[in-house]
Amino acid sequence: MQNVKSPSPTPPKSADGGKLATQSRGYWATVWRSLRRDPLSIVCATVLVGLVLIAVFAPLLAPHSPAESTMVNRLLPIGSAGYILGTDELGRDMLTRLMYGGRMSLVMGILPVVIAFVIGTSLGLMAGFFGGWVNTVVMRTTDVFFAFPAVLLAIAISGALGPGLGNSMLALTLVFIPPIARVAESVTTRVRMLDFVDAARASGAHSVTIIRIHVVNNVMGTVFIYATSLVSVCMILAAGLSFLGLGVKPPTPEWGLMLNTLRQSIYVQPWVSVLPGLMIFITSLCFNLLSDGLRGAMDLKR
Amino acid sequence: MAHFLEVEGLQKYFPIGKNLLGRPKQVVKAVEQVSFAAERGKTLGIVGESGCGKSTTARLLMDLISPDAGRITLDGETYGKGRDRKPIRELRKRMQMVFQDSYASLNARLTIEESIAFGPKIHGVSESAARAKARDLLDRVGLAPDNFIRRYPHELSGGQRQRVNIARALAIDPEIVILDEAVSALDKSVQAQVLNLLADLKADYGLTYLFISHDLNVVQYVSDTVIVMYLGQVVESGPAHSLYANPAHPYTAALLSALPALHPEDRKTHAPLEGDPPNPISPPSGCRFHPRCPYAEAVCGEKMPPLTDLGAGRHVACHMRIEGSGYSEPRPLAAPTATPTTP
Repeated sequence: MQNVKSPSPTPPKSADGGKLATQSRGYWATVWRSLRRDPLSIVCATVLVGLVLIAVFAPLLAPHSPAESTMVNRLLPIGSAGYILGTDELGRDMLTRLMYGGRMSLVMGILPVVIAFVIGTSLGLMAGFFGGWVNTVVMRTTDVFFAFPAVLLAIAISGALGPGLGNSMLALTLVFIPPIARVAESVTTRVRMLDFVDAARASGAHSVTIIRIHVVNNVMGTVFIYATSLVSVCMILAAGLSFLGLGVKPPTPEWGLMLNTLRQSIYVQPWVSVLPGLMIFITSLCFNLLSDGLRGAMDLKR
Repeated sequence: MAHFLEVEGLQKYFPIGKNLLGRPKQVVKAVEQVSFAAERGKTLGIVGESGCGKSTTARLLMDLISPDAGRITLDGETYGKGRDRKPIRELRKRMQMVFQDSYASLNARLTIEESIAFGPKIHGVSESAARAKARDLLDRVGLAPDNFIRRYPHELSGGQRQRVNIARALAIDPEIVILDEAVSALDKSVQAQVLNLLADLKADYGLTYLFISHDLNVVQYVSDTVIVMYLGQVVESGPAHSLYANPAHPYTAALLSALPALHPEDRKTHAPLEGDPPNPISPPSGCRFHPRCPYAEAVCGEKMPPLTDLGAGRHVACHMRIEGSGYSEPRPLAAPTATPTTP
């Protein structure tokens, strides 16, 4: 995703002046080194990787089938024999459904942001670098989207397109393009004013080359950090769409949808009902903290 | 005699604000009818206070800002707007620029090597040849290639970064290098080193420099010819030694007498020039300097004095020096008290 060239493969010559050469390392290596020293980011990253692995390998790890229901065992409490995290209102194993639910929830949280990141950054780069009427057209169009609150916009688009996984993902993507484009535009406008862009232009480079080599890598970092913080928002919005019946359809396990259906049982089994919400909370919190850690690590001058 | 570089009538007005019809409400006359010439292998100094259009002139020459009018002749080839002229853009192959802010003029995400090799690569030089060139140039500007090629700009000091910027400017083999306040941000000792480096490079590569600075001492030290700018116009030009020793324009005289004296007893007790430069949005009528000029007469507020040849390579735009301009009696200018020294 990042358009940073790796340093030349030739190893630093240690014979003469190796002292300085060994200190120098690639940008991402520096970021990684700084991130590694931040315990909170490491914990969050581990939790997220764990969640993804659990979701991917759910069929191997889950003790039951996500659709297997026994009406006798409805709404068992946490810690029941055979059902560690209890059962839902149809007697399905909560642990299994949480594992399987992670698949859909993570995809719905991450994929729209990734697509919006690509489209939004491209739009913002164009608008910011070329300025003038290109900027006016792109940015005023995104302003139209800003007139609605994100949740309302997602519901409106999703509702207009009709329920379904694809449509709700499309709705979420459209919701996140404008804010990403706006961040990319403002960073690009700032970078464009710097002398090295003028220096590149003075050496005879074309706009596309300047954007590719000199602008993208200076804009990407900030936008990337912003986009990671949007993943949590996107997960919550996706859960909200499912909650309203606009996203995933039952019986597919998905955290937002599970939260919705278990809502009626909150007085019977409050702790079981809260579990999907807790998963959404943990995941979005981890994404937020990780993006915060990244922000710190990517600040070169620190 | 044809000059190596000749700039004629360079002009740029910046519009400020637009009315409903898209016509500018006001214009800043940033650079107006600027003409000068430079010789091959020599250094032309451009001085003036901030906002006088020095940097805008540099950016106009590089076509970083598009000039409204003007003609640039380099070695017999004419660049500018018009059918029989090459676009100014093409000057970029022959002219390069070093900026004041050494940090902002390097891409923080590229290694030193990548920054220097960028120019040659876009001119079709192969990757390996461009990298070899970067190594060679680093060596030439006094930075050991092995220590620096893989470093990032934030790991370097200001002086080292400015050396990298010089190497970057030389990477596409320019004939002219514009040094826009290139040493102004460096401290004095580093400044001296970089100036010496620039002198060496000039001799080795047969370069011509346009040296833009507000620092009169430095300009005197490096320049063969000097032009003095005030509010977007050239007010005086000439060989450095004669212009510094015997300024013809009251503004030049005031600038020179503003130099701090080295001897305590020579310290000045009052400012040689009162007030700030007028707003370039609505510059004064006639001679732009007349509201601040201690020698101004009625004619100065009425007519703009043309740049007039005084002989011996000297030119000045002042009614006092023009025969029959209507100015009563030329008065001798207050001689600069302190003899400027080398940095």
